[in-house]
Amino acid sequence: MTTLLGTRSPAAPSPTSLHGRPRPLDAAVRLVFRIAAVLTILITAGIVVALLVPSLQFFAEVPVWDFLFGTRWAPRFADASFGVLPLVTASAWTTAIALAFAVPLGLGAATFLSEYAHPRLRKVLKPVLEVLAGIPTVVYGYFAVQFVQGTVLREWFEWETGSFSVLAAGFVMGVMIIPTIASLSEDAMSAVPNSMRQGSAALGANRMQTSLRVVVPAALSGIVAAIILGVSRAVGETMIVALAAGQQARIVGGPLEAGQTMTAFIANAALGDSRVGSLEYNTLFAVGLLLFLLTLVVNMISIAIVRRFREAY
Amino acid sequence: MSTSIGIGAVVSRSLQVRAKGGETSPRSLAFLAALWFCLLFALLFLVVLIVTTLIEGAPRLDARLFTEYPASNPERAGARPAIIGSLWVIGTTTLMAIPLGIAAAIHLEEFADKKSRINRVVELNVQNLAAIPSIVYGMLTLAVLGILGITNKNMVWVGALALAMLILPVIIIATREALRAVPAEIRQGSLALGASPLQTVLRNTLPAAVPGIATGAILALSRALGEAAPLLLLGGLVYLTFDPNGLASGYTVMPIQIFNWTGRPQEGFHVLAAATSILLLALLLAMNALAIFIRNRYQQRW
Repeated sequence: MTTLLGTRSPAAPSPTSLHGRPRPLDAAVRLVFRIAAVLTILITAGIVVALLVPSLQFFAEVPVWDFLFGTRWAPRFADASFGVLPLVTASAWTTAIALAFAVPLGLGAATFLSEYAHPRLRKVLKPVLEVLAGIPTVVYGYFAVQFVQGTVLREWFEWETGSFSVLAAGFVMGVMIIPTIASLSEDAMSAVPNSMRQGSAALGANRMQTSLRVVVPAALSGIVAAIILGVSRAVGETMIVALAAGQQARIVGGPLEAGQTMTAFIANAALGDSRVGSLEYNTLFAVGLLLFLLTLVVNMISIAIVRRFREAY
Repeated sequence: MSTSIGIGAVVSRSLQVRAKGGETSPRSLAFLAALWFCLLFALLFLVVLIVTTLIEGAPRLDARLFTEYPASNPERAGARPAIIGSLWVIGTTTLMAIPLGIAAAIHLEEFADKKSRINRVVELNVQNLAAIPSIVYGMLTLAVLGILGITNKNMVWVGALALAMLILPVIIIATREALRAVPAEIRQGSLALGASPLQTVLRNTLPAAVPGIATGAILALSRALGEAAPLLLLGGLVYLTFDPNGLASGYTVMPIQIFNWTGRPQEGFHVLAAATSILLLALLLAMNALAIFIRNRYQQRW
């Protein structure tokens, strides 16, 4: 863990300096590296300012209360209404459905890879699973609306649903985040020391009991962080919901209904050319700010959990 | 902490259930079957997705896809500008994001004082940036253009800028991991021979980390290649009848072309969307395979 700086700095000044001659070129190059690192902070600051300024203009015209708790979202109508709850319910439905699939499937896959799979099998299965994470979301969206909604739900199951549903979008999104949850949980479970497994086996537990009662509890913080990261990805996902969940902003009452999520609204509204500074343009950023704050809180919780418990062993 | 209590509970419970124990008890086998199901479900989904898209798109996976421009008649439409546009945008993104990402990672991993507050903030910030929804980067770029007063958003460099900011944290994290994997002895050996810290990094540490960096960079670029959401905000959805040919040229990219065609009612456009999806998937799988190949072939284990 010793950094270069750590090894270089002398404990006490000695007559023969270990610093060597000054190198202005080195210092310049290192300054460039430092600027590159600080740029990442500028990006975050840029995001906050970029979202905040138009949002403040928006909230000067629309009261915050009406925005957060209004139940009718119709920003383009003559009698415009800016209640964001319809968008939030659609996001909540798709996220909840995605997690209902991704959490059990992802944890099952992680348990298998960490506790049962032979190293050679794991070396093959992990990259294949990661391919799922590499598929473009727009291809998932195409698959969700054409195959899952059009063929499976409507033709095979003959369920009463329109061209779009939060179920189709949520299910496909769930499969998309399986690799996120599986991979991070597997890391956490693999980090549990073997002595704990051996102790459990010595007490007569079989592999299932060891996995469920020793390894999973010991890796719980990592698993929770993985699930939270999955939530963040599901809330922020755009293309799948824009294609498969529909574009009508209304309160979603069931999984077979269509609904417009926050991200789908942003994507859809951006297609129309709205003038910079207009209320329509600012609406986009108000929803974006809400989305950013939601994912920021969720990410911070996840990072904090991992940091707090990472070096337990 | 709580683990000691956990172990205590395990001890008492294990003793109770010991008689039922055994790896071949019905419950144990059912559990294993359930685990297999989880993995197989994910793999089956992958196969179904690829096969159905392939069947749907096969009729149009032909030369016309590469030579024709978008048209109102699906029979005469192709994805030529989108394919060329994707290459332009990804090429520009590479030039913007990779040098910057590697430079930032070198600072954070090799030179930064790990204890200083500002560097801890930078670290936390990079982790958080990696998990921000991609569409937010589109909004950031949109706002920057608004401030600069640029009204023509549909330019290659604008799209590339959004994608570069999107993948920058991914590249930084991957590069840091690759640098961290280089053992301290290599740095110490170089320093002992009189090399300056910068020479050590540029001539020893960084070359040793190249395979890891390349793997991470390829995976990050493949993410950018499949990304559509931020570009939707930046006027990427256009009806293009010419080849994108420069940084300020108009563009569209494959994912946006797929989005556009999927949303049309005519069946012929869905076929085109599937065909373009197959092309995009083939490209991404090739990039993934290259990344895995580099990881397995060149990555040194110390």
